Amino acid sequence: MNTQLTKKIFLSIMMAAGIGTLILSCAKKEKIVYESTADIPANREMIAELTSPPNVPTPVGKRKAKLLKVDMEILEQEGEMTNGVRYVYWTFGGTVPGSFIRTRVGDEVEFHLKNHPENKLPHNIDLHAVTGPGGGAESSFVAPGHEKVFSFKTLNPGLYVYHCATAPVGMHIANGMYGLILVEPEGGLPLVDKEYYIMQGDFYTKGANGERGLQPFDMQKAVDEKADYVVFNGKMGALTGDNAITANVGETVRLFVGNGGPNLVSSFHVIGEIFDKVHVEGGDMINENVQTTLIPAGGAAIVEFKVDVPGTFILVDHSIFRAFNKGALGMLKVGGEKNMTIYSGELEDGIYQPEGGGIQKMPSTNSVAESEIPAKSMEEKMKFGKAAYMQTCFACHQGEGQGIANAFPPLAKSDYLNADVNRAIDIILHGKTGEITVNGQKYNSVMTAQTLSDEEVANVLTYVYNSWGNSKKDVTPTMVKSVRNR
Amino acid sequence: MILSPFFRVALTMIGIIVVNIASAQSENMVMVKGGTYIPLYGVDSTAVTVDAFTMDVYPVTNKEYLKFVQEHPEWKKSKVKRLFADGNYLVNWESDEFFGDQLADDAAITNVSWFAAKKYCECQGKRLPTVDEWEYAAMADKSNPDARKKESYNQLILDWYEAPKTFNNSIGSTFKNYWGIYDLHGLVWEWTMDFNSVLISGESRKDVDKDSNLFCGSAAVGASDLMNYAAFMRYAFRGSLKANYAIRNLGFRCVQTKGPNNKNLTY
Repeated sequence: MNTQLTKKIFLSIMMAAGIGTLILSCAKKEKIVYESTADIPANREMIAELTSPPNVPTPVGKRKAKLLKVDMEILEQEGEMTNGVRYVYWTFGGTVPGSFIRTRVGDEVEFHLKNHPENKLPHNIDLHAVTGPGGGAESSFVAPGHEKVFSFKTLNPGLYVYHCATAPVGMHIANGMYGLILVEPEGGLPLVDKEYYIMQGDFYTKGANGERGLQPFDMQKAVDEKADYVVFNGKMGALTGDNAITANVGETVRLFVGNGGPNLVSSFHVIGEIFDKVHVEGGDMINENVQTTLIPAGGAAIVEFKVDVPGTFILVDHSIFRAFNKGALGMLKVGGEKNMTIYSGELEDGIYQPEGGGIQKMPSTNSVAESEIPAKSMEEKMKFGKAAYMQTCFACHQGEGQGIANAFPPLAKSDYLNADVNRAIDIILHGKTGEITVNGQKYNSVMTAQTLSDEEVANVLTYVYNSWGNSKKDVTPTMVKSVRNR
Repeated sequence: MILSPFFRVALTMIGIIVVNIASAQSENMVMVKGGTYIPLYGVDSTAVTVDAFTMDVYPVTNKEYLKFVQEHPEWKKSKVKRLFADGNYLVNWESDEFFGDQLADDAAITNVSWFAAKKYCECQGKRLPTVDEWEYAAMADKSNPDARKKESYNQLILDWYEAPKTFNNSIGSTFKNYWGIYDLHGLVWEWTMDFNSVLISGESRKDVDKDSNLFCGSAAVGASDLMNYAAFMRYAFRGSLKANYAIRNLGFRCVQTKGPNNKNLTY
């Protein structure tokens, strides 16, 4: 009896052990777990796909770690900050921010940094994804007309900033020398429907915001941290109008958001959306249900959200004057079916009249600076007018003067506008509060008085009157002056 | 009266020597008075004394350099040794003895290596300026020997960094400075004899603790001192060079001193 029992126990132990071994060996075959990401072998070569913002390369998916060759060219080139304002950008790959690099953990990146022969200055690159002195800066210091090669292994998954670190470092960054490199975990990030690349930066120009012509970099303003422009993707309007990013109702959107600085910290927010997930600071930690996420200069975050209703969602730095006055504004246009349960739209428009009211006024000094360069021709008037429109009027009246239903009246084919030019001038100069009827629709909101010179008012109104099916009036500074003085 | 043949030869030789010296000394060169200056990285203790020297009024031009390679064929585009000049040497020249229609006669020669520039100056009985000599002459604007504190002077330099394709502009197209020298700013970078004696590594943020007189004054790289930025970029540029590099925006000019070298020369 005893022996039989012992035998039974012995057998069952053997069986259990056997099954255990079987399971262990199976697990071993399926997946090798490396003690350190530094041990992940990288075998085959692969040329890295680089993309310009707002696009990102194909996800890494299930691919193994590879020898990834990255070819990056540095270009110093003139570009447009906003209508009529030119700026010499220094770029990685010809864009601000620079080309997006997508890797996975364990990749061995062979980085080729090429400095175009026509460039004036030496440059280098510091990638925050690099473990090593200077993040690669030391090994990549490259004179114009030369190419430097160095390699590194991606040890930590995450979203990282890269930037130029040549003296004077601040100036190289301020001129646009930054971008993002993503290191995906093994197996890749979960797949989503839409992915985009957005990076904020602050710019410092000799002339004030909007001053036309080629604007040189202003070191003193940069030192004082007084930015003239705070923008997404290198310029005003890089993500608005036709350049807006898009998605459809029901899709999940993932934004790779970086902040190049050089100075300002971003309070990244999408108006009308809640981030379902935020990879805080671009790392492993995931926070859920976030309204605004802080992105430090030289830092990044991955934000994800499902879009449930159609419409235009505005991306902003919620340090809000930067958004509406300095350019930190982008758009996500979502198409698809409405969902009245989630968002009804306006249901009712009642009358509410507390005492007071009155006109709001922008703070201004008594003297309005005349725009320095008066328009010489109708063509120029239209050009300058458009520039002023995009800066001042666009946020409410929209790109094609269509306005926003129930909130801001349209300027396109507007009976109210065309009926009385002096009234239009007066509204720009002194603001307007209260109910008006435009094209049969009632509007009841507030427009603030605008601080514009006679010249600028004339230009912007001429632009509006000669666009979008309006009555083609030519508004002169004299007309504006007479309204101002009455 | 007939001179003896010996006497005639001797006279001719003297004549040649006199002409040579005269042309080397005075033609398109001006005197820069010596003095003491505090370089950009400056604190008082780092003041540098520069002895008097004469400097070329203009950078060396394509035309002048063409003459040089004709006289010294080992410096022709196809003959030059890679050790002395990299693959970008005279890269825009159409052939060994023709720089083509794209480059102006009187534009500064660029895409030349340090070795080539040094040789050129030696063949003229001159030499490359030291960093200190170059910086000393170049801190002048139109009316002041040291204009580095003037905003307009610094803005002019910073503007050039942003102006494309200046290398093909004619010499003399920028301003004449206090010493009578043109184009130190606004056309091309220029080689200096001891360009790499400055310890700028690729990692500029680290250089502040380098044990060199350039960066021990790192406190001077303060926020308010804009002049550092204009000059800093020059030092960074020099730091990125190797002696066989030939670069599109990099030319040179020569100087002369009484002795073969200045006493500050550190090469």
